[in-house]
Amino acid sequence: MLTFVLKRLASTIPVILIAITACFFILRLAPGGPFDQERALPPEVLANLRAYYHLDDSLIVQYFRYLGRLAQLDLGPSFVTKDFTVARQIGIGLPYTLILGGSAFLLAIVGGIAAGIYGALYQNRSADYAIAAIAMTGLVVPNFLVAPILQLVFGVKLSWLPVGGWGDGSPRFLFLPVLVLALPHIARISRLMRGSLIETMNANFIKTATAKGIGRRRVVLKHALRPALTPVVSYLGPAAGYLLTGSIVVEQIFGLPGIGRYFINAALNRDYGMVLGTVIFYMALIVLLNLLVDLAYAWLDPKVRQR
Amino acid sequence: MTLYAGKREALEDAFIGRDDEMPRGKPRSVTRDALRRFRANKAAMTALVVFVLIVLAAIVGPYLVPYDYETPDWEAFTAPPSIESGHYFGTDQNGRDLLARTLYGTRVSLLVALIATTVSVIVGVLYGAVSGFAGGRIDSAMMRFVDVMYALPYILFVILLMVMFGRNVFLLFAAIGLLEWLTMARIVRGQTLSLKEKEFVEAARAAGVSSFAIILRHIVPNLVGPVVIYASLTIPEIVITESFLSYLGFGVQEPLTSLGTLISEGTGAIGSADWLLLFPGGVLVTMLLALAFIGDGLRDAFDPKDR
Repeated sequence: MLTFVLKRLASTIPVILIAITACFFILRLAPGGPFDQERALPPEVLANLRAYYHLDDSLIVQYFRYLGRLAQLDLGPSFVTKDFTVARQIGIGLPYTLILGGSAFLLAIVGGIAAGIYGALYQNRSADYAIAAIAMTGLVVPNFLVAPILQLVFGVKLSWLPVGGWGDGSPRFLFLPVLVLALPHIARISRLMRGSLIETMNANFIKTATAKGIGRRRVVLKHALRPALTPVVSYLGPAAGYLLTGSIVVEQIFGLPGIGRYFINAALNRDYGMVLGTVIFYMALIVLLNLLVDLAYAWLDPKVRQR
Repeated sequence: MTLYAGKREALEDAFIGRDDEMPRGKPRSVTRDALRRFRANKAAMTALVVFVLIVLAAIVGPYLVPYDYETPDWEAFTAPPSIESGHYFGTDQNGRDLLARTLYGTRVSLLVALIATTVSVIVGVLYGAVSGFAGGRIDSAMMRFVDVMYALPYILFVILLMVMFGRNVFLLFAAIGLLEWLTMARIVRGQTLSLKEKEFVEAARAAGVSSFAIILRHIVPNLVGPVVIYASLTIPEIVITESFLSYLGFGVQEPLTSLGTLISEGTGAIGSADWLLLFPGGVLVTMLLALAFIGDGLRDAFDPKDR
């Protein structure tokens, strides 16, 4: 198992390195910089600033300095929010993003699997069609449109739920953002689950189990569920990535103080240090989540472990 | 779809009667066959009609509407939709006619999607075909590169490019197209691998045709099916990406407008001027649903086994 983990980690290192390199150079090739303001700074001040942040060295030198710092887990300073380092801003936003993303992840898994099982067991009944229709809408309508419509219905018209903000972090405040973030993934997971469970239920070992006289409930939960879960689990890796990037928009719409907000502001202000730092952090998180998903996959499907 | 098999045949008879005038025995090309099946698909044809109507409205509409998209009507600020005033969709906070703005925004969104999709098709097809045709070490190196690109979080890269390209929207979307070609390249490569073993390619090679000419003249024309299917899936994805970026404030800037920008403005007005969200949102959803059904129809038409 340990070699499996190490191998997976080793294969992601070149990818992360290439990504860091690409991000670094793309950002530096961009015109404009973090010190561009309405009123141009005096040249001496600008020169001092650039010297302070080592921006006057050659790109290559800057690149290797950045990598060196990164190896010590130092994400460097933020050029615009000067009192906070990049790592500190990420640290402030992280709990909010994790609570939001984690809840959405759970909701997507539980809701998607439940809807999928229901659809598979009651194939072609009206409830199955209703689930399919909702799933189609969830997949097609983007989150920045679902969100304001839900805000309008549940927040403004019915006044059941707050329209935005973190509040005290209670479920009342979290319900809409989590739902919006999870919706497309509930849809996708329910489709995957439905398809694979239908296929599994037709397999011979299920017929054997049924023939032995095991109850239907037990057949589904004990025998069919685990093999039917594999396509769902392999989707969870990409889903974790989508949830993280999706949380950027959802945080923006609902005014939640997560990392996404810092990222958008940094990108709008051309704060290189912050943008680069956040992108790298997001990528590291995605790699980590993918690794966890792969481990879950290995647990579900013994064939993967042996490879 | 199998449920409707009987109905489907009836539909085919009704719709395709005309084809029988064609001399019997003449071989049908793959494309022609697919078009016939597509025409028989009621949902896809309806979606196609809706989509064509939206495209026509976006092209011609702005000239037919009595107001233009950027001039304020000083008599009507934030006016609700009404027939008498001629503001059928109402006006925004600056007194600009929402119908004109929606039409114009649809046009910009579609144009951007067209540019990005064209770029992604050209790059994806050429890359995939060259990789598959070359085979061996070149192939594995080229596909390794695609794998690495896949691993990078797409939206983060788009935002980075946004920071880089700033306000030049069309350049930006060419760049998005440059990121969107990965799946296309994979599909095309797979097809090319089997196509290059076919006799007609051998014949061309024996006749001394250069590799590049074989790719362009003999391989690419045989890829119509998968390329059309995948391109039809790329368009809505890019429409969403554009709206998403414009929503966050990175994309299309004033005085130009797009569906995403309009939805973003409408989101700020929910509760006081709901129509600002509902009309552009409705157009976006209709367009995305239509494109989804067209994509499904094309897949069924080109790949009937897959149903």
